[in-house]
Amino acid sequence: MDNDRALVDRARRGDADAFRALVERHSRALFGLAYRMTGNEADAEDVVQESLLRSYRQLASFDDRASFGSWVYRITVNCALDLMRSRKRWAEMARDEEESADPMASLPSTDPTPERLALSAEIRERLAKAMSRLSDVERCAFVLRHFEGMRLEEVSRALECEPGAAKHSIFRAVRKLRRALEPAASAVK
Amino acid sequence: MNHQHLTDEELILHYYGEEGAAPDGARRIEECGECRALYGSLQRTLNAVDALPVPERGADYGERVWRSVEARAGGLRRPRFSWFPWRWAAAGVALAGLLAAAFLAGRNYPARQVTAARGADPRASEQVLLVAVGDYLDRSQMVLVELANADPKFDLDISAEQKRAHGLVTETRLYRQTAERTGNAAIAGVLDQLERVLVEITHEPSQLSPDELESLRQRLKDQSILFKIRVLGATVRREQQPAAPASPRTL
Repeated sequence: MDNDRALVDRARRGDADAFRALVERHSRALFGLAYRMTGNEADAEDVVQESLLRSYRQLASFDDRASFGSWVYRITVNCALDLMRSRKRWAEMARDEEESADPMASLPSTDPTPERLALSAEIRERLAKAMSRLSDVERCAFVLRHFEGMRLEEVSRALECEPGAAKHSIFRAVRKLRRALEPAASAVK
Repeated sequence: MNHQHLTDEELILHYYGEEGAAPDGARRIEECGECRALYGSLQRTLNAVDALPVPERGADYGERVWRSVEARAGGLRRPRFSWFPWRWAAAGVALAGLLAAAFLAGRNYPARQVTAARGADPRASEQVLLVAVGDYLDRSQMVLVELANADPKFDLDISAEQKRAHGLVTETRLYRQTAERTGNAAIAGVLDQLERVLVEITHEPSQLSPDELESLRQRLKDQSILFKIRVLGATVRREQQPAAPASPRTL
């Protein structure tokens, strides 16, 4: 099997099969990133398609020394941000969330490990809802920091904002996510 | 006691190991029940976020994306080769199984030890951390050594190493937080770097060509991450009581 670099070389020479192989190799991972950033399956699929199309058109500018995977990841981040900006939902939106019954209260332990929380579909739903209620900036900043492991400065560069603004977007995101589970945290203290 | 509690912002920065976190945050969390409770609540929330699933794509997802890209790009020549759908389906089933196994194996075992490390006795916490980190470093090292020792003359399927790296990324975060809380800055620093390396591995294509493998090996070498893991592992073993017999690994 050809490696990414060889496939890129072939694709640059007009070999569609080579680019197809790159698409099939990377699209699933890109979908995961796009879904977390957009919070929406349809948007995520659009972002994946757009980012791969954009990467095809920008192949000439791809630096051979870099990893194609990392490069197309970055393009996907930019595509997701562009999509959300284009929809004018980019402004920070404060949303009060009503808190109802506490699904975590039934957990028998204070163990904070992820697998315990993963046991509850209700908790997953609650968190998914909280994620969907984040503003676009908050969600993107949070996803880039939490899932992609970017440092605050990298997040601010990706979002084209000041580091302080990126930091406060993450703070707001975390606070909203915590609020969604706060009663549970109190119950199991 | 005259004590100023850590703010939400300081706790969040501490969780992520960011600059700007309170320099004595780990000690204050350890010593202050209120700060510890708040930090525990924060951990529960953020660790739960890790468990949020990404919707599964169908077996033909890659092909669908390709068709869409091809149509929009216009001038691309239609490819002759097509994937057999059953291969995607089989790969999907296998991947789901591996992910489930990695999820359970990667989180259950160390998480119990990290939780145990939250005891009141800092020395006991440190000892539990050392034992847990020693084992974790061994497993991380095995992933990196397998990549470093792979035959560069052939293509290499690293999907198994990627699954293990994926599971280890989550562990890394838990251990780093514990290391920070117990004041082990050296361990926390290496784990921070290791997390980045593991994330990088998970971002690689699952099938590496000799060139790609060589590039990855070079990056590992440039960061001296294996060396740092070995040094840290040796340090951890020395500090464990009773001293465990050394079991050096060689490349």
